[in-house]
Amino acid sequence: MLLLLPGWLAAQSSVLSVTAPPKLAAKKNTEVTARIAVQLRNGYHVNSNTPPDDYLIPLRLVWTSAPLEVQDVVYPKPKMEKYEFSEKPLSVFTGDFEISTRFKVPATAVPGMQIITGKLRYQACTYKECLPPKTLEVKLPVDILN
Amino acid sequence: MLILARWLSVIGLGLLLAGCGSSRSVKAAVKPEKDRKRAPEFSLRDDSGRTAKLADYKGKVVLLNFWATWCGPCKIEIPWFVDFEQKFKDRGFAVLGVSMDEDGWDSVKPYLENRKVNYRVVIGNDEVADLYGGVSSLPTSFLIDRQGKIAGVHVGLVSKSVYQNEIEELLEAQPGSQSAARHAAAVAWMAGGAK
Repeated sequence: MLLLLPGWLAAQSSVLSVTAPPKLAAKKNTEVTARIAVQLRNGYHVNSNTPPDDYLIPLRLVWTSAPLEVQDVVYPKPKMEKYEFSEKPLSVFTGDFEISTRFKVPATAVPGMQIITGKLRYQACTYKECLPPKTLEVKLPVDILN
Repeated sequence: MLILARWLSVIGLGLLLAGCGSSRSVKAAVKPEKDRKRAPEFSLRDDSGRTAKLADYKGKVVLLNFWATWCGPCKIEIPWFVDFEQKFKDRGFAVLGVSMDEDGWDSVKPYLENRKVNYRVVIGNDEVADLYGGVSSLPTSFLIDRQGKIAGVHVGLVSKSVYQNEIEELLEAQPGSQSAARHAAAVAWMAGGAK
């Protein structure tokens, strides 16, 4: 995995990490699900994929999936937590959680090992300070079978 | 002997003056003058396109606040800073907000309008953040004294009273004025005593 950092973010250590996903194997014309395990440092929260305010940056996993086709990305159920700095509860993820993605393997896919790439964008805060938004690159090995 | 007694009473007056300066209920935590470093100069655009430089604020106490629209704790501080700007601007004080939003004015302008922000805001960049130590989390605020030196830094949300006490302490401070006042009092007293 590679960290993509603008200059002013480089000094901060990462509070969110992703376990390298295991290799998937899938036949052409079938579907396969990848589960990405995310760990967030204790005391931090990230906005869920559906924050209640336009200014908040949602957690989002986007795949550059060719030759696979993304069917859907499923995020965990968010927690609604109240913080001093927000009038209404925020929709957040904390601790360890999992994001799953269902891929379709098209009939035209070339058999063999492929690496597909995902970008996980998030923005983390504690109750008193926020870290700048970050993007983590996720590499998913997929063995396409006939 | 008489002269020694008079000097001792001058020293006593000095100690009394020094004591009067520390009567706040919440102790402000600005750095001693000798430990302050010059605030790095920068040049950034405000929402009207004018260039804002720290040199524009020469002789003023400045609260330099790094923030972003996506930062929840920053949202708490903004009404405080609006209040400070209004309350202290006639005494030589200004808030200067530096937004670290990646999409710049697209997010920042409506946010400021919505919150009726009365102080100047500029869009920051990596270079300015680096000048101020990287600004690894938001909010991060620097209190700059009238001589353009950093008197205090706060990373993360602190209470309004902490800011207010520090601002008031910096507004009241006149560099070297306390020792100059003591010296003037002593000279006047000695001159009076010599008659």
